[in-house]
Amino acid sequence: MKLVALIAVCLTGALLLYGTTDMPNWGDPNSPASLHVSPRYIEKTMEETAVPNMVTSVLADYRGYDTLGETTVIFTAAIACILLIRRFSP
Amino acid sequence: MISPFEDVIIQTVCRILIPFIQLYGLYVIAHGHSSPGGGFQGGVILGASFILLCLSYDLQEIKKRLSQRANVIFLSVGVIIYAGIGIVCLLLGGNYLDYSWLRQILPVDPVEARSIGIFGIEVGVGVTVMAVMISIFLDLASEEEQKGS
Repeated sequence: MKLVALIAVCLTGALLLYGTTDMPNWGDPNSPASLHVSPRYIEKTMEETAVPNMVTSVLADYRGYDTLGETTVIFTAAIACILLIRRFSP
Repeated sequence: MISPFEDVIIQTVCRILIPFIQLYGLYVIAHGHSSPGGGFQGGVILGASFILLCLSYDLQEIKKRLSQRANVIFLSVGVIIYAGIGIVCLLLGGNYLDYSWLRQILPVDPVEARSIGIFGIEVGVGVTVMAVMISIFLDLASEEEQKGS
């Protein structure tokens, strides 16, 4: 049984490695990921938001909902810790 | 039980260092516009300064300076700042979190208004992250102390 599992793991790993050969090159400007919204952020960040740091403008402005969700997640984590392990002294 | 830990060198160094750590945390939050940083990183630095205070002195020291009740209020205030800025934009006529509509209550043009909106939510994120760090640390540390006493 262990042998079958080993063969399955090796086969899946080999398939995944084979799949990476179709990936675009590192930093390729013509890859699909670089053609969709990235050029717009790079070109328009300064004139639309006046923020020199592109990461901040994407994080807080273009993807504001996402960051609101992240903040709510860590807020929920702290509330869960308070409810589960804090001892309330009488 | 955590015994009161007193070492002159550690306490003196931490007492001198902590204000600078907090100042640097505020700098990271405020300077997130033009350098690496922002609310999450700056909030973690601020929270770590309080944890350092707690480690070099004892648990009562941090509760004297920032009570657990105040900490829970900080926890909520950060999220309220963030969501509140979004709702202000909504009330002014734009979309949720569309900061350019803040120009109607601020004397700036729409582009500058977006920049100010980003700064506002960074502050909200920083406050929440700081309170989360302190809250989780105090919960994990004080359980042991209360068992002993």
